[in-house]
Amino acid sequence: MALRIIGCGNIDRGDDAAGLLVARRLHARGVETPAVEIPAVEIIEHSGQSLSLMDCWTTFEQVILVDATAPSGKPGQVQVWNALVDKLPEDFFPSSTHAFGVREAVELARTMNRLPQTLLIYGIEGKQFSFAAPLSAEVEHAVASVVERLVRHVSDLLIHNSQRSPGDNLS
Amino acid sequence: MTKQPSRTIKVDTLARVEGEGALYVKLKGDLVQDVKLKIYEPPRFFEAFLRGRHFSEIPDIVARICGICPIAYQMSAVHAIERALGVAIDPSVRMLRRLFYCGEWIESHALHVYMLHVPDFLGYSDAIAMARDHQAVVQQGLRLKKAGNRIVALMGGREIHPVSAAVGGFYKAPSKSALKELVDELTWALDASLATARWVSGFDFPDFEQDYEFVSLSHPNEYPFNEGRIVSNRGLDIDASEYEDNFTEQHVQHSNALHSVLRGRGSYMVGPMARFNLNFDKLSDVAQQAARDCGLQVPCRNPFRSIVVRAIELVFACHEALRLIHEYEPPAAPRVQACARASTGQAATEAPRGLLYHHYELDQDGLIVSAKIIPPTSQNQKRIEEDLWHFVSQVATRPTDEITLKCEQAVRNYDPCISCATHFLRLHVERD
Repeated sequence: MALRIIGCGNIDRGDDAAGLLVARRLHARGVETPAVEIPAVEIIEHSGQSLSLMDCWTTFEQVILVDATAPSGKPGQVQVWNALVDKLPEDFFPSSTHAFGVREAVELARTMNRLPQTLLIYGIEGKQFSFAAPLSAEVEHAVASVVERLVRHVSDLLIHNSQRSPGDNLS
Repeated sequence: MTKQPSRTIKVDTLARVEGEGALYVKLKGDLVQDVKLKIYEPPRFFEAFLRGRHFSEIPDIVARICGICPIAYQMSAVHAIERALGVAIDPSVRMLRRLFYCGEWIESHALHVYMLHVPDFLGYSDAIAMARDHQAVVQQGLRLKKAGNRIVALMGGREIHPVSAAVGGFYKAPSKSALKELVDELTWALDASLATARWVSGFDFPDFEQDYEFVSLSHPNEYPFNEGRIVSNRGLDIDASEYEDNFTEQHVQHSNALHSVLRGRGSYMVGPMARFNLNFDKLSDVAQQAARDCGLQVPCRNPFRSIVVRAIELVFACHEALRLIHEYEPPAAPRVQACARASTGQAATEAPRGLLYHHYELDQDGLIVSAKIIPPTSQNQKRIEEDLWHFVSQVATRPTDEITLKCEQAVRNYDPCISCATHFLRLHVERD
C-alpha cells in the first residue's frame, strides 16, 4: 500500500502556492517514509497541469491532492472532497494551461477509469492570485491547518498498519 | 419600414483557450454590426520585469510567460541576445534547438488537436465528455502529447518551464544514448500523427475561405523553427531587425493585448496555416505526402482546416525529431561563452501558434535596458475579429446558440494563448 501526497500550484502566483507549501512543510516535518515501508509515503509537488497529473497517481493506491480553490468570499476555507464519490465542482479550481487543471484531471481520469483506489482532494480557498503576490494571512493559516491534518492522517495510517498482522499486508 | 430585430451574442467564458477573454457580436437583423474579441486578462508587464536583469537570466524568466510554449520564448530570447552579442553557436547545438522545438510543437499541437479542437467537430462540450464515447481517441492524444513532453523533459530538465536553455547553447547537452531512448516512442508518435491527419481530414468543415496575408519565417533549406527571414504571400521579405519598421502594435479599448498590424496593410495571419502555405516545399516528404493524402491544397485558406494543418505539422515534428536524433553528435561544449557589450538584437522564431518576436537592448555590463516581446496571439487578434465578422455574416440566419458555438470554434481555429498575449473567452452576441 502506498500513499502519495501531491501539492499543486504555482509558487509565483500568491495563494496559488498553497498546495506547494503544504507539500514542502510536510516534507520538512519528515512525513515521508522509505519505499520499503508499509505504507510508503511520498510527497511531490506538481504544477496542476492535468494531463501529466493523471500519471502521478497511476501506481499509488491512496492519493491526497492539495490545491488552491477559486475565491468565493471565504478565503482560507478548507474543503475536502472524496473524488471517488463526489464530482468536483466546476470553476472551483483555477484552470491551468489551456484550461486543463485539477478538476479536469480528476474528471477525465474518472471517465477513463484511471482514478486511484482512494483520492482525497483538499481545497484551500485563495484570495489573491496575481503574479508575485504574497500569500494572504488567511491562506497562511489554512496551510498550517492542512499540514497538521495530514500529519495526523499519515500517523493514523502508520499506527493502523502497525496493528495489523504481517499476513494482512500480503492480501 | 420594418425595424430589424437585433441580437447580441455573448460568450462570457470561452472555454478551451488559454487565458481570460470574452467575445461580443452585435447583429441587426442578420447583418453584423460589431465584433470584439475582448481580452480582459490583466497585462503582465514581463517586458518591464526584464529591465535591469543580466542577459543570462532572460531565458529562465521568459519561460514563465507560458506553460505550453516556454521553449518558444526561450528560443526567441537566446537568438535575439546572441545576435546582439555576436555569438555563433555550435552546429550540434543548433540541431538540439530544433529538437527542443519539435518537443514543444508535438505537445502543444497534440493538446490542441485532441483535447481542445476535436470536441468541436465531434459535437462535445469538452474532452471529458468526448472521452466517454471516444476513450481510445483521448488515450492516443494523451500519449502523443507525452511523447513531446519527454523530449522537453529530457532536454530541458523538466516538462514545464524548462531550465536548460542558455545564451550560447544549453547548460547541459544530452548524450546520444539518452536521445536514443526516445526513438521507439517517437516512431509510434509518427505513425499516430499520420493516423491523426487522416482522421481529422474527414471532419465536416464549414465552407469559409478568406484572402489572408500569411506571415511566417522562411529558411532556404528547412521548415522553419529558429531561423529564417520573415516573409509573406504579398511580398514581405525582411530580416527580424526590420520587424518594427514593417509591423506596428495598436491599442484598442476592448483588449488588454495590443493588436499587431502590418503598416499600411492591416491584419495578417501567423501560425500553422501561414507556415504550411509559405513553406510547403520544406516539409519532409512524409509530411508533404500526408498533406496530399488529406486533400490539403496550397494555399489553404479555410481556417477551420487548421486542425488538419496542425496534424501535418505533428507528422513533420515527429519525423524531424527522429532525423535529428539519428544524426546527433554531442557538441564539444554545450555552450559558448557570451561577452557583455552595449548592443541591440532582434530575433523571431516559430512558436506553435506562430511568429514570436523579441527585441533586447543591452548595456555594456550585459544588463537589459529595454525589451519588446510580440507573441503570436497578439498578432492574430485582429485577424480573428475579421474572420468572425465575415463568418457570422455567413451563419447569421441560424439560431443564436448555433452561432455562438460556431464563433467559439472559429476562435479556437487559432489556438489562441491569451495569457501569452496579455499575457477563457466569453462570447456576447447582441441583436438589435
